[in-house]
Amino acid sequence: MSAVRNAFGKLADLDFRILIAVFVAVMVIFGIIGENTTNSDFYAAVITTIAYVMMGLGLNIVVGFAGLLDLGYVAFFAIGAFVMGWLGSAHFGDANFKFLASDLTPDAGIHINFFLILVIAAAFTALWGAVLGFPTLRLRGDYLAIVTLAFGEIVPRVFELSTSGFFGIGNTDFSNGRQGITPVDKPYLPIPGLDNITRIDLKPFFFIAFAMLLVTLFLNFRLRDSRLGRAWIAVREDEVAAAAMGVNLVRVKLWAYAIGAALGGFAGAFLATFNNTVNVDQFEFGFSVFVLCMVVIGGMGNIGGVVLGAIALAMFDRYGLKQLDTLPSKVGLDFDFSSVKFGLFGFFLLAMMILRPEGFIPNRRRKLELHEGEHEGGVASDEDLYSVRG
Amino acid sequence: MEAASITPSPPAKSPGSVIWDNILWVIFGATLVILAIVDLTDDGNISLLANNIKDGISVGTIWALIALGYTLVYGIIELINFAHGEVFMIGSFVAVSLFVSLGIVEGTGLFGLVLGILLVLLIAMVACAVLNAMIERVAYRQLRGAPKLAPLITAIGMSFILQNVGLLWRPTPDSAPDLLGSQIELVNLFGVEIVRSDVFAVAVTAPLLFALLWFVGHTRYGKAMRATAQDPDAARLMGIDVDKTIALTFILGGLLAGAAGLIYALYNLTVSFNQGFTAGLIAFTSAVMGGIGNLKGAVIGGLLIGFVQQTVESRAPQDGSAWAPVAVFAILILVMVFRPQGLFGEETREG
Repeated sequence: MSAVRNAFGKLADLDFRILIAVFVAVMVIFGIIGENTTNSDFYAAVITTIAYVMMGLGLNIVVGFAGLLDLGYVAFFAIGAFVMGWLGSAHFGDANFKFLASDLTPDAGIHINFFLILVIAAAFTALWGAVLGFPTLRLRGDYLAIVTLAFGEIVPRVFELSTSGFFGIGNTDFSNGRQGITPVDKPYLPIPGLDNITRIDLKPFFFIAFAMLLVTLFLNFRLRDSRLGRAWIAVREDEVAAAAMGVNLVRVKLWAYAIGAALGGFAGAFLATFNNTVNVDQFEFGFSVFVLCMVVIGGMGNIGGVVLGAIALAMFDRYGLKQLDTLPSKVGLDFDFSSVKFGLFGFFLLAMMILRPEGFIPNRRRKLELHEGEHEGGVASDEDLYSVRG
Repeated sequence: MEAASITPSPPAKSPGSVIWDNILWVIFGATLVILAIVDLTDDGNISLLANNIKDGISVGTIWALIALGYTLVYGIIELINFAHGEVFMIGSFVAVSLFVSLGIVEGTGLFGLVLGILLVLLIAMVACAVLNAMIERVAYRQLRGAPKLAPLITAIGMSFILQNVGLLWRPTPDSAPDLLGSQIELVNLFGVEIVRSDVFAVAVTAPLLFALLWFVGHTRYGKAMRATAQDPDAARLMGIDVDKTIALTFILGGLLAGAAGLIYALYNLTVSFNQGFTAGLIAFTSAVMGGIGNLKGAVIGGLLIGFVQQTVESRAPQDGSAWAPVAVFAILILVMVFRPQGLFGEETREG
């Protein structure tokens, strides 16, 4: 019996490796030939999608693995993007600082190498993830969700309003208000092909994003199978039991927040460069829900499911919607399809939660949890997944 | 949920913990006092403080009406009805559209005006009540037994759907007809200008609040609601139709949201599809502040939040109206983290 199971396990492992290899091969081939064979809109949409997948994977750590419903994920996108904007643009005109940056950047402002800023941004957002997560440690369920939502609303507003000092302290302009920080430095490495990147040729962006995605995926798989990952799942399923088994709740939850946030900042910093602007308009609650939608549709806690869910939703958002824009006018209605995209995402969320709460590609254990209590028939189930009564 | 466990008595408090338990009250009170003193000394008169209190009350009544919807629903099924702010927005839209289609304008005579506003108020309230009940039927009822996360996510989904309905209805901010002559001064007490819209807000809200308190406290239906809130299973055993009672709760919340929508339209004179989200969050803060599930608490919370908002708006060195939500959300976080049972200390299930 165990021999059979072992063999089966090996087969599953093999399958998984083949899957990854095929995925990488397809992506690399697409990266090389995609820009010429498809239109550039599609190619750019794929690059943004890759960044969104990273965010989905980051939120999956918090929501899917650790079971902490975070509704303010956009805050980490904002922080990561602003770190990129501060350290890699001419925004702080009084400073003249260059570090491993291209000679093409202007003298004014702080210009640190893009790849370095990526690391700084991830570390900085991780710190903020822990800071914002700290007050929520005692909270459960919907209270936790609301507090994170409030943080997600506060952070972008503070950025937006900090045009003359932070909270009115000093006179430094941190965000350039609603105009945002633009332009942002391009990635730069002193090797041919990466020493003069412009937005005209998108290939380098694609491969940078793809490399970042591979790092993120590797991190996710390793974390899921690690001691920490198992502790997250234990906390998700029963906090009290996990604590009794010796899981340090504070440490485990803070790591979930920090790593989840770091991935959001990582991807956010990339998006700042790719979009060439850091603008507070994009940091709205709808974006948090958009990322949450990716996680829910794919299947909370399942890495492959989240990747597919994120690809589907992000490509729909970035590319599919534009194709559908003419649809309402064909049936005699007068509106842009993309203007109601959040309504559409809302509908997805609603339909998913009612019809198939475990997502399209569910995590098996998660599915059991989500259907728990369905057979009991009472008004409120005895065992709420997210509230353990102490 | 309550059936299995008798609420445990609170652990004996050590003497020192009294101040710590009330730390939020202390901080909050101290901040208000300091702000009040600054108000007083800055201008050398009490007008700014008094003006803030007055504006706080009239804005606060709107928040209180919305907050009651949150608190009623949370009290009975422990769900944050995220879509409630959007119901309020739809209420505003219905009111403004009705004013236009019924031909009620600023020039309408007094009798027609009073009758018209009353009629529109009634229709907006009923429309929102129906909408709220429909939301409950579509989005929440199937998920009664599911983990808490599920209905919360459908609530968010519902809120986005409604917001986009609003977006299609009125893509840009619209102005409401200034039926009241809202800025016309009625009384001037020591520099505090009480304008018509202030009086209107309070005059519409107060009867509704008392009616609600009476309904929940003194009718059979109210009793059924309280029983269901305490223990749905036991209530069902006692012959209460739990589904109907929950629907009734949503209807009550919708009625109040509709009224709030109309008051907001006539008070603010602008309506926009995205007013519901921020308003909903502010109102939710009020509900949490008063202790969620506590009706009187929600009203007091609404008035306090209104005052805080006005104070921040008038005191912030710049962008006052943009800082005010930041301050309110910060209060939301503080209350939820340090005093989840609200300022008045009634234990909640999350606490």
